[in-house]
Amino acid sequence: MALRKEHEIHSRRFGRNLGVGLTLGAFIAIIFGLTLVKVKFIDVAEAYKQDTGGIQSGAASE
Amino acid sequence: MSDMSVDMKARNEEAGFGDYYALLKPRVMSLVVFTAFVGLLVAPVSVHPMVAFASVLFIAIGGGASGALNMWWDADIDRVMKRTQKRPIPAGKVTGDEAFAIGLTLSVMSVIMLWLASNLVAAALLAFTIFFYVVIYTMWLKRWTPQNIVIGGAAGAFPPMIGWAVATGGISIESLLMFAITFMWTPPHFWALALFMKTDYKDAGVPMLTVTHGRRVTRAHIFVYTLFLAPVTIGAAFTSIGGPVYLLTAVVLNLWFIKGAISIWRRDEQTAEADDYRVEKSFFKVSLLYLFLHFGALLAEAVLRPFGLGGW
Repeated sequence: MALRKEHEIHSRRFGRNLGVGLTLGAFIAIIFGLTLVKVKFIDVAEAYKQDTGGIQSGAASE
Repeated sequence: MSDMSVDMKARNEEAGFGDYYALLKPRVMSLVVFTAFVGLLVAPVSVHPMVAFASVLFIAIGGGASGALNMWWDADIDRVMKRTQKRPIPAGKVTGDEAFAIGLTLSVMSVIMLWLASNLVAAALLAFTIFFYVVIYTMWLKRWTPQNIVIGGAAGAFPPMIGWAVATGGISIESLLMFAITFMWTPPHFWALALFMKTDYKDAGVPMLTVTHGRRVTRAHIFVYTLFLAPVTIGAAFTSIGGPVYLLTAVVLNLWFIKGAISIWRRDEQTAEADDYRVEKSFFKVSLLYLFLHFGALLAEAVLRPFGLGGW
């Protein structure tokens, strides 16, 4: 029996697969966009200072 | 909650992507998106558009995930009620196990992603909303007490609070009032639906007020809750998110809503049967417009504010 390149399930599930593919693509795009925004527009140095402020001031007083 | 016959049926009928999407209750999700968006936008802290977009999306996914878990648990009664028979599980498109897996996965994912996109307070509120809707309302209250919709309504009221928390990282009187608007609006909205759904809830064994206390009492409850709702919505006008546009909208809408509630209260079953629940159906539609326009007016105040027009 010759192997068929296109199985029936491929056409039957095309819509579902396309939907899942596009959803995953969109999810990746959102994560990428969020990462860019967080890196570019949020003051990382300021956030770091706030996060470690307690430790730094504690160390300074010793 | 799925049984063998439904699982077999589900295997025979291939589910499309739309069937899985339908598990997320898109119409409910649209309300979640809108109110969360308004909550975020009326907050006094501005948020980067990309963060705002992603946050509202993850709030919507969280809301949708709780909808999928609700469909998983309620598959047995959804099969009985006419209103819900076409949902993916009773229609045999998706199995209960699939709905459970999708609901649980999306719940966890949405909470973590909202945390990463915004902050812990917003994520914790979303997690609590999902827990409240699935465990407190769906699993516990819905089949136990006629107060199901009163207490359970809190689940649908959280999104504007979450939106506000995304921007501010906290809770305030304004976000609590936005919560209260949807919370107080939910009972009259669903009781009107229960009135014209006739025997649906009774057949499914859900103790809605119409089933346990009768239609006369339900009509009275709709009227009383509509009266309680008015000061909450009008009160929001005098906070930092309100203004003349919102106040005028709230006053007009409440007069309209109370008038509808009085009509419902005065009617008896015979009159309602005779015109196929025309007034009840109309009140239900008005209730949707009522909520949409209140949040729309809050949004208008926020949009007008930079031009010196919104707010007091």
